[in-house]
Amino acid sequence: CIPVLSTYPILKTLLRRVEKVDGGLDSQDVATSLGVDHQAIVGAVKSLLALGDVISADQRSSKHWELTGEGCEIAEQGSHEARVVSSIPEEGMPQSQLMKLAFGKVGFSKAMSNKWIRLDKGHEGGPRIFKTVEHLEDLVRDKLLLVQKGQASQLEEKEKNELKKRKLLSEVTVKSYWITKGSCFSTTITKQETELTPEMIASGSWKEKKFKPYNFEALGVAPDCGHLHPLMKVRTQFRQIFLEMGFTEMPTNNFIESSFWNFDSLFQPQQHPARDQHDTFFLSDPAQAHEFPQDYLERVRKVHSEGGFGSQGYKYDWKIEEAQKNILRTHTTAVSARMLYKLAQQEKFTPVKYFSIDRVFRNETLDATHLAEFHQIEGVVADYGLTLGDLMGILHQFFNKLGITKLRFKPAYNPYTEPSMEVFSYHEGLKKWVEVGNSGMFRPEMLLPMGLPEGVTVIAWGLSLERPTMIKYGINNIRELVGHKVNLQMVYDSPVCRLDS
Amino acid sequence: MPTVSVKRDLLFHALGRTYTDEEFDELCFEFGLELDEITSEKDIISREQGDTKAEGASDVILYKIDVPANRYDLLCLEGLVRGLQVFKQKMEAPRYRRVSPASSEPQRLVITEETTAVRPHAVAAVLRNITFTQERYDSFIELQEKLHQNVCRKRTLVAIGTHDLDTISGPFTYTAKPPGDIRFKPLNQAKEYTAQELMSLYKTDSHLRHYLHIIEDEAVYPVIYDSNGIVLSMPPIINGDHSKISLNTKNVFIECTATDLTKAKIVLDMMVTMFCEYCEEPFTVEEAEVVYPDGRTCQYPELAYRKETLSADFINRKVGISESTEHIAQLLTKMCLRSEVMSDGEQIEVEIPPTRSDVIHACDIMEDAAMAYGFNNIPRTTPRTYTIANQLPLNKLSELLRQDLAAAGFTEALTFALCSQEDIADKLLKNISETRACRISNPKTAEFQVARTTLLSGLLKTVAANRKMPLPLRLFEISDVVLKDESKDVGARNNRRLCAVYYNKSPGFEVIHGLMDRVMQLLEIKPGQGNGYHIQAADGCVSPVTICGEMDGLKDHRGMKRECRGVED
Repeated sequence: CIPVLSTYPILKTLLRRVEKVDGGLDSQDVATSLGVDHQAIVGAVKSLLALGDVISADQRSSKHWELTGEGCEIAEQGSHEARVVSSIPEEGMPQSQLMKLAFGKVGFSKAMSNKWIRLDKGHEGGPRIFKTVEHLEDLVRDKLLLVQKGQASQLEEKEKNELKKRKLLSEVTVKSYWITKGSCFSTTITKQETELTPEMIASGSWKEKKFKPYNFEALGVAPDCGHLHPLMKVRTQFRQIFLEMGFTEMPTNNFIESSFWNFDSLFQPQQHPARDQHDTFFLSDPAQAHEFPQDYLERVRKVHSEGGFGSQGYKYDWKIEEAQKNILRTHTTAVSARMLYKLAQQEKFTPVKYFSIDRVFRNETLDATHLAEFHQIEGVVADYGLTLGDLMGILHQFFNKLGITKLRFKPAYNPYTEPSMEVFSYHEGLKKWVEVGNSGMFRPEMLLPMGLPEGVTVIAWGLSLERPTMIKYGINNIRELVGHKVNLQMVYDSPVCRLDS
Repeated sequence: MPTVSVKRDLLFHALGRTYTDEEFDELCFEFGLELDEITSEKDIISREQGDTKAEGASDVILYKIDVPANRYDLLCLEGLVRGLQVFKQKMEAPRYRRVSPASSEPQRLVITEETTAVRPHAVAAVLRNITFTQERYDSFIELQEKLHQNVCRKRTLVAIGTHDLDTISGPFTYTAKPPGDIRFKPLNQAKEYTAQELMSLYKTDSHLRHYLHIIEDEAVYPVIYDSNGIVLSMPPIINGDHSKISLNTKNVFIECTATDLTKAKIVLDMMVTMFCEYCEEPFTVEEAEVVYPDGRTCQYPELAYRKETLSADFINRKVGISESTEHIAQLLTKMCLRSEVMSDGEQIEVEIPPTRSDVIHACDIMEDAAMAYGFNNIPRTTPRTYTIANQLPLNKLSELLRQDLAAAGFTEALTFALCSQEDIADKLLKNISETRACRISNPKTAEFQVARTTLLSGLLKTVAANRKMPLPLRLFEISDVVLKDESKDVGARNNRRLCAVYYNKSPGFEVIHGLMDRVMQLLEIKPGQGNGYHIQAADGCVSPVTICGEMDGLKDHRGMKRECRGVED
């Protein structure tokens, strides 16, 4: 801040005072002796500091005594008790009248204890008060006047504390500067330039100019730019990881799916709770899917209701009506099923690695970590002779890329994978194992009706995109991350996403 | 995933040793269970109803254990202990036997034709000379409830009734009657009611009202009588009071009525296998005979042991280990799948007990071998599968455009694919019938009535929620909308869209126009009629422009939104 002209006189005065003293001086004393507000001197000190090493100033604090509002009143008009005495005429005054005065009550009792007045209770016409002294020494006022003159040091501590107790004095802490000459001390002020201009260079005047140093403490100007959403930044990273690992992206742009592809093709029985109205969004329009690969559908019906392909089946009455029901897909595995079916229709089987990251929908009760829609990350590998050890190995590599190195696997149940494994990682912050994903080998009852060759194993895993993102960005409520209610400031401020650091 | 709550000390007593919480947690993890919570009745009541209510409640430590949804044999203390003891090789899996009654005919349950219309299946069995204690009795009742909630699908598929056999006399008749004709004193009630009266009585019952819908609208209700006309139960709602079991019951008649016979057999097998260890002759179950309307008879419980033969090589290859045939047979035996190496030294004969209804394929056996081996002991390998990665072209383009839109100063929003009908129609001054929107039949709230047909509503809602932010707001989203499309198998398809909104105190149409020009430049589409792009007011073909003067009651903030269709249509 360049000092504005109106403050020049005070700057000059201050510099002259600093010049005259050998050691230094206190800003508070300067303010008192100049009779100006201390803040004005503080402003001058800051302005001078901004000019470079003209002066140096150390902040310090000192305590001093000050009169309270009531104390000021007493210093001016006398103590309450003195005022009581002076307001009583020779013939005395009714007590009731005295009490009506502003200082009456306090003054009366103090004056009584000082024996400056007496009370005639039995006086005709009610209690009456008479003076007992003509001249009195108003010590309270005298002491306050001393403090007001800045001579509080003449009073004893005990006296000061007593006045403080009476709320006439208060002890205040004053912050002030101890001002001394700087290495470039001068009593003349030169204006500092903030910017180098083409004109200065052209005229060479820059050589004479003094430049204001940069303030590295302040923030710079925020660039005017757009921002990517943090969840989408994390999606980009996961996509990158899959691509690095040689996985091909599946076409998951079909939110509406038939129950057939979402459940039946995955060997999920028709009475499974996930197929309840409470868990899944069903559609009323278009309510039903109308086209299925008929021979495949027949094999699915059979494996559910009668078994086959080495399976006992579920032995229930499988209904096409249930399979036809359209829903909002509950997992992207519906797309994996379509892709594996498509793969099985190839003339010759070729190994594949597939991935997808896209929205899925659940008609669930919503809370701080659950929404009706979220993003599922899924990876699928199909090849001859894949093992459970391969699944664990590939998960190890995948999670390594996320910076997660400690993994362990818990047996779990899932209708379409067997074995099924929950993936746990050791959380260093929470000091415990937390679930980070689900995985398994697709059941033969799912793969063989599709027409995949007998020896082909398909391993797969999945996790949600939201959960690692919430952990990454320290967000506890999913509503603060996804949806129209998010605070855009959060989007503006979110850092780049490096999952492995 | 069902949660089973067991008293810790009782569990440790049955397991023959104590564990620290950590040790038990570790054991659960290995066995595919999860020690979800360590609590007590007192804790639970005080958490749910406050400290005052919890006063005097039991502070016996409870373990709440999550059990996989297909392991009905682990839903009670008895089953858990048996599973864990066999797993730890402390005992051999018991062999469950169906026996004929010693000195009389088996109990008979006769199914009449009338049941076909409402609940056609029934199975039954007898637990003879059983000894209940308070704990065993509680566990017996609890298991019924757990089975009802899980495999029985809230009693729709199967309902279990248990009766004191000494209070009733067979043969029993399972029939169906008009509700007005059924009259009995239901469990824990003081007087008799007709079925009709019961249905209205239970309308307000916090537990039973959830099951009424199963038979409510049927012309006839299922009912089981004994030979003296005493009502045993009116499944799937309530049992009769007359035959209720108590701590002193010695002989238990169990009936399961069902709409799914396979599940009924499983449920009956579970009930009897879990509790026959308390019979005078442990692990035996007395058979009951079920007579079908066509005269056929069947003996229950089935308690079927099935044999599967598979090779050690199959398991080694699938799991990725190389263990001897003998060792694999041992591993399977630890999982209650008694296994023997066959004479060729390579094949294993695996016996699947009636308690393991979850084992329906060789892959289920393979999983058990892997579990017994320990998932975390399996060497982690890298598959040799060689593939070249490909991006989905649509997603590749979306990713590229997102970056450039942010570079152009626009911020990415992320809005929901589901919304209310109002959001995509009325609020945008459109008629819902013009939108080709897909409708959801069972939304819990209006927020989930339809799949969005436009990204605009989500962006406008984002603006509305961020009115405190400094202006201008520049927002975009690239995502899918859903439209009905008869040509697709499901009758609908996604459509990738780009939508951008500029929101400021002055309209600034040129800003959004400029962004569109930039997008077209990025896509190498030139301005102009014909092959290029052009803007046309209102219902134009390439880029409909809407000028919106007022939004969410903010009259002084004029905004302009433009939705660019057909980026990759």
